[in-house]
Amino acid sequence: MARRAKPTLADLLSAKEMVVVCGSGGTGKTTVAAALGAQAAVALGGRVLVLTVDPAKRLATALGLGAFGNTAVRVGNDAFAVAGVAAEEVRGELWVAMLDTKAGWDELIRRHAPDAALRDQVLANPLYRNITGRFVNSHDYIAMEQLHELHASGRYDLVIIDTPPSRNALDLLDAPGRMREFFGSRLLKWLTVPYRSRLFTMASKPFYQVADRVLGSRFLQDIAEFFILFQTMEAGFVARAREVERLLVDDRTTFIVVSTLEAAPAREAHYLSDELRRRRMPLGAMVLNRTLPASVRQPAAAKAATQLREVALDTRTVRKVADAAGVEAESARHVLGEVGERFRDVAIVAGREAERRHELEGVAPLTAVVPTMPSDVHDLATLLAMGAHLLADGSR
Amino acid sequence: MTALLQRELLFVTGKGGVGKSTVAAALADLAARQGKRVLICEMDAKGAIAAAFEVADLGFEPTEVQPGLHAMAMNTEDSLREYLRVVARIPLVGRIGPLARTFDFVADAAPGVKEILSIGKVCYEVREHHYDLVVVDAEASGHIVAQIDAPRAIRELVQVGPVREQTEWMLQILGDADRTGLVVVTTPEEMPVAESVELVDKVRSTTEVDVAAVIANRVLPQWFSAADAEVFDALSASAPQALLAEAAGQRVATVFEAASLAQARRAVAADHLARLTSALPSSVPMLIVPELFTKATGRRVVSLVADALDEELG
Repeated sequence: MARRAKPTLADLLSAKEMVVVCGSGGTGKTTVAAALGAQAAVALGGRVLVLTVDPAKRLATALGLGAFGNTAVRVGNDAFAVAGVAAEEVRGELWVAMLDTKAGWDELIRRHAPDAALRDQVLANPLYRNITGRFVNSHDYIAMEQLHELHASGRYDLVIIDTPPSRNALDLLDAPGRMREFFGSRLLKWLTVPYRSRLFTMASKPFYQVADRVLGSRFLQDIAEFFILFQTMEAGFVARAREVERLLVDDRTTFIVVSTLEAAPAREAHYLSDELRRRRMPLGAMVLNRTLPASVRQPAAAKAATQLREVALDTRTVRKVADAAGVEAESARHVLGEVGERFRDVAIVAGREAERRHELEGVAPLTAVVPTMPSDVHDLATLLAMGAHLLADGSR
Repeated sequence: MTALLQRELLFVTGKGGVGKSTVAAALADLAARQGKRVLICEMDAKGAIAAAFEVADLGFEPTEVQPGLHAMAMNTEDSLREYLRVVARIPLVGRIGPLARTFDFVADAAPGVKEILSIGKVCYEVREHHYDLVVVDAEASGHIVAQIDAPRAIRELVQVGPVREQTEWMLQILGDADRTGLVVVTTPEEMPVAESVELVDKVRSTTEVDVAAVIANRVLPQWFSAADAEVFDALSASAPQALLAEAAGQRVATVFEAASLAQARRAVAADHLARLTSALPSSVPMLIVPELFTKATGRRVVSLVADALDEELG
C-alpha cells in the first residue's frame, strides 16, 4: 500500500460537517475556532459558520459581529479585502454568529410548547429565567442544541462551535444526556404530583422533610408550578436532547481540543481527551496554542546566549558591534548582556513547554502547533494567517 | 480601607486560566506565615488547591496542609448535612444518603440553593470565628456574582421560610467591607482584563460585596527601557548580527528572536495593563505578581507568588 501524506487539519475539516472546539479557559479556543473557520472558508470553500460564545470586542468588531443575538451574519468580501484577500480568492463563505443562551432557551420553549397560552405562561414565569440560567448546565446544553439546529438547517457545509467556559469541561459533553434524564427523574415526577399526594407518598417523605426544612414549602410550591408547566413540553425536549446526544457521536462530527503548554490546561486537555474517548465522541485533533519556537530549546541557542554574555564583557568586540550598529558601546554592552541573560528565562519556559508537548503529542490523531504571536490576534488578516498555519499543520 | 489580609473572608475569582487558585493559595500561605489561623476553601472541586499544596484530595473536613493553614473542598451535600445537623437540628445524617442524587437535581433546579449552601458554609466559619481568615478559591468570574449574591437573590425570590431567615446574617457578613472582600485575579491579556473590568463594575453596582483588590498575575518583566529597545533594534540589523554570529555562534539569531518576541509580548501586556489601571476605580488597589521563570510547580510556586504579594502589600 502506498504511504499517504500525513493528515492535516485541512483534511479533517474537509471530511467533517461539525467541529466542536473545546479545552480549558484562557487557551484561545475562540481565536482558534474563528481562525479555522475563516481559513476553511477561504481555502476549502463551502459555506462555513463559526458559532462563537464570547469573542473579544476587537475580534467581534473585526468579524462584523456588532449586534448580539443568534442571527448569523456573513463576513463580507470587503472585510476579506481589508485582510488582503481578494474576493476571487475566497472560495467559500464565512458566516459568524454569537451564542445567546437566553434567546436559545426562548426558542426552545417556543418550539416545544403545546400551545400559545402555555408558551406565554412559561416565558412569563418569574422562575423561568433563573432556572434556565442554571439548571442542567444550561449554557452547555444550549451550545450543543444550537450546533444541532444550525447543522440541521442545511444552510452550512461546516459548522464550527466554540464552547462556553464551563465549571467542568465534561458538563458540555454530558449536557444533552442530563437534559434527557431530567425529564425521567424521580425529582420531576415528585415535584409535579399534586401537593397533597406528595405529602403522603412514603417514598418521598424523608426527602420532603429535608426539602421543607431547607427550602420551605412555599418555595417548593413555586418551583413545582414551574415544572408542571415545563413538563408539558417533555416529549419535544426529550426527543430533541436525544438527537443532540446522537450528534456528538456522529461520524460527521469531530472534536478539537485546544491547550496551551502550561501545566493546568495540559492536564485538562489530557483529561478531556480521555473522557471523549470513553464516551465514543470523536477526538479529531489537538491544537497546542501559543507555543515558543522550537529553536529556543536547541543547545546551540543556549550556548550562543552564554557566549553573548561573555561577548558583553569583551570591550573590543562590543566596540566593533556597537560601531556596526551605530550605537554607543556602553549601551550595546548593557543590551547584549541583558539579551544573553534573559534568554535563560525564555529557555526555562521552553523547557517546561517541551515536557508538556511530549505528554500531549499522540493523544489525538493529529496535533497542530500554533506559535506565540508577537501581537494579539484580533483582525481577519492575523486570523487567516493563524488559520493557514493550522490547516497545513498536523502530526508534527 | 481595611488591609487585605486583615479581613476575615476573601473570595478570589478570575477568568479561567489566569491563576486564580494559585493566587488564592498564596494569599492563604502569606496570612499563615504572618501567624494567622487560615482556612482555604476550594469551591469548584477541580483539585487545584490540593495540587497547589501537593496534598492528596481534599474533603469537606479541613486538612491542615501546613502549620496554621487548613484546606477544604466544598461539597454542597456535606454542607447540607452540616446545616441540618447544626442549624436545623435534624439528625438526618444517615437518612439523606439515598436522596443525594435527587438532591442534586433539586439544587440544580432551585435557583441559588447550591450557592447558598456553599456560601453559607464559609460565612458560618467566619461567624463562628473558627479561623482568623477564610480564603475562598471561588467560582470563575462568569459565575462569581451568582455565588456571592445568592443570599440576596434568595431573599428576593423567597418570601418566607427558613432559607430566607438564613440569608440575613450571611448578608451582614458579606456586606461588611471590614470583614469581607472580593479579590479579582487577571493576567495582562485582552479577555481577562475586559472580563475583570466588567466584573468589578458589576460587583460594585449590583452586590453588597466590597472589591478588595485586583491582582495582575504573570506580568512579564520589562527587559529594556525605551532607549535600550532602540539599541536592541540597531543591534538586530544585519551588520552587527554578522559580527555577533562570529563572536558567539550562528544561534545568536535565535537568542535575538526570543528577546524580540518577549519584548513584543511585554509591550502588548503593558497596553492591557494600562487599560486595566485606567478602567479601575481609584479606590480599588492593584497588586502585581510577575511572571515566574521557574520550572517548579505546586508548593514552590505558591511560595514564590506569596513572596511577590508580600512585597506588593508592603
